[in-house]
Amino acid sequence: MSILVNKNSKILVQGFTGTEGTFHATQMIEYGTNVVGGVTPGKGGTSHLDKPVFNTVADCVKTTAADTSIIFVPPAFAADAIMEAAEAGIKLVVCITEGIPVQDMVKVKNYLQGKSTRLVGPNCPGVITAGECKVGIMPGFVFIPGRIGIVSKSGTLTYEAADQVAKAGLGISTAVGIGGDPIIGTTTKEAVELFMNDPETDAIVMIGEIGGGMEAEAARWIKETGNKKPVVGFIAGQTAPPGRRMGHAGAIVGGADDTAAAKMKIMTECGIHVVSSPADIGKKMAEVIKK
Amino acid sequence: MNLHEYQAKELLKKYNVTVQEGFACSTVHEAEEAYRQIKTQYGSNFAVVKAQIHAGGRGKGTVKETGINGVKVAKSAEDVVDISKKLLGGTLVTLQTGPAGKVVNKILVAQDMYYDGVSDRKEFYLSILLDRTKGQNVIMYSTEGGMNIEDVAHDTPEKIFKEWVHPSGGLQGFQARKIAFNLGLSGDAFKNMVKFVTNLYHAYVGLDCSMLEINPLFKAADNKIVAVDCKMNLDENALMRHADLASLRDITEEDPTEVEAGKYNLNFVKLDGNVGCMVNGAGLAMATMDMIKLSGGEPANFLDVGGTANAQTVEAGFKIILKDPAVKAILINIFGGIVRCDRVAQGVIDAYKNLGNIHIPIIVRLQGTNAVEAKKLIDESGLEVQSAILLSEAADLVKKAVA
Repeated sequence: MSILVNKNSKILVQGFTGTEGTFHATQMIEYGTNVVGGVTPGKGGTSHLDKPVFNTVADCVKTTAADTSIIFVPPAFAADAIMEAAEAGIKLVVCITEGIPVQDMVKVKNYLQGKSTRLVGPNCPGVITAGECKVGIMPGFVFIPGRIGIVSKSGTLTYEAADQVAKAGLGISTAVGIGGDPIIGTTTKEAVELFMNDPETDAIVMIGEIGGGMEAEAARWIKETGNKKPVVGFIAGQTAPPGRRMGHAGAIVGGADDTAAAKMKIMTECGIHVVSSPADIGKKMAEVIKK
Repeated sequence: MNLHEYQAKELLKKYNVTVQEGFACSTVHEAEEAYRQIKTQYGSNFAVVKAQIHAGGRGKGTVKETGINGVKVAKSAEDVVDISKKLLGGTLVTLQTGPAGKVVNKILVAQDMYYDGVSDRKEFYLSILLDRTKGQNVIMYSTEGGMNIEDVAHDTPEKIFKEWVHPSGGLQGFQARKIAFNLGLSGDAFKNMVKFVTNLYHAYVGLDCSMLEINPLFKAADNKIVAVDCKMNLDENALMRHADLASLRDITEEDPTEVEAGKYNLNFVKLDGNVGCMVNGAGLAMATMDMIKLSGGEPANFLDVGGTANAQTVEAGFKIILKDPAVKAILINIFGGIVRCDRVAQGVIDAYKNLGNIHIPIIVRLQGTNAVEAKKLIDESGLEVQSAILLSEAADLVKKAVA
């Protein structure tokens, strides 16, 4: 089962024929991901990487029955691409694009309300279900199949965590990179909830960073629902100075939960196993699982 | 991207937002001329001279060299000359600049708004920003203007109001009226406030602001509603659709090393510690800084070299970090995914040889694709570089380096 994607997922690539789209679609196919086609407006009817290219997402869905989309289009057109995928009935949209204007994402978030489409990202490494399906840009070999779920705001830190989990003798069910932008589709809490309900996940690694209140929201939810599965947590940015852009919003709204210290405190109070060093994530998970 | 007050006010005027009028000046002569124009135009001997720097708290801040405050009222042309001389070229230190302060290259000579009239003057606060949790823009406002809003939020939270704006519907008339009522206005002042708020919201959206703050938002004695000060931040991701706004960037306000790093497409933030670091990915970079601290050092910088760490980026990173004499060691932490570690290792070796003369310990931690080959390359290079594969090993090496 795992979450979000598996070997039966049918993936379409938006921005298929571009440099990024081509490179990562190739890697995804090599991993064994079922890429059924792609979309590049104006190139419909051609073929790329031995897969059909369509002008619109709707055309692609009609022909291939694609249910998942990964987006590599440039930031100016990415919001439009997300909405097009949602309109065509895509169930899961993974947006890799970095640098989308915030006001565009305000519109997207609103547009998706009431629709059955789930968005992951933007500005994220994507989603991988180990050994089955890679919808993202992460190095597949790091994710050894197993029963630990990862949710993270960061790319390379996710790979680091997966690697440590593997070195501790454990493996990954699904890893979800939710992205580091101020407005993202799937929140930390939503990803944690999916893992809590997944019979193939035994424990969760939750990686956050300074800015926003998502980790606190997730932590409170975990406590309220009775800490059903152990969660190991890490917050990056304990040494980040206030007011500097390293993912920090710097606003009064939600300001109380903004710092790493504040988030770590709330997470600890909610029964999450918080590590202060990023080098201890795997070790801590092994320790917690044995109990 | 931060803008100066004078730049922000010019932009607001294009959206019919009433602002305290003034002239941005770079010389004492220009300031004197600006004063004459203001005197003729508004028939008052008073004018306000304000230092233009990217930091708040200017009124209470002082210029190191001359002891003058960053905002002064002038009563005559002689006053303007005297104040301008003391401000221009000086280093203004405020609560927000830190002890180093910021050099004043421009001043704004502006009309005095505190004239007498039919009604009382009032100072309010109003800002528009993004509520990340709701995914909506929020207008935050208060009857308590002219002071630090974070203090108001802390001491008297009941005096802060919030109005969320629907993403597709936009700001509605009833919302603008609610704001004006909550600020206790009536008559002409009420009407002017409704117009002001409506136009200000259009400016916020039209300019792709990430934050727009008017403090004080001023009700003059003739019931005009005016932006006396303005702090505007633009969303850098949106500059691609505002070619005209990109040119408003003032790099003299930024750390020169950060500006140089930007030229190499490196995401760099200067800090005060003794261990430099170079990392791929923002999250891992922050985590590496945290690890340096836990190992007994202090991070000297944040540096994300991005997805493609090669010899050029590594060399640029070295140069930038080594500019800081406080740096006693450098930790390079790369998790190679699609980028191969042996290539990065070769990049580090080449950069090290090109630069020569590196007299501080370099610790390289490479993990991921071809990590073992990479470690071998480094270990056999004959250079004074220590290598690690596990993050915990790197932490131990940092510990030794700073001990």
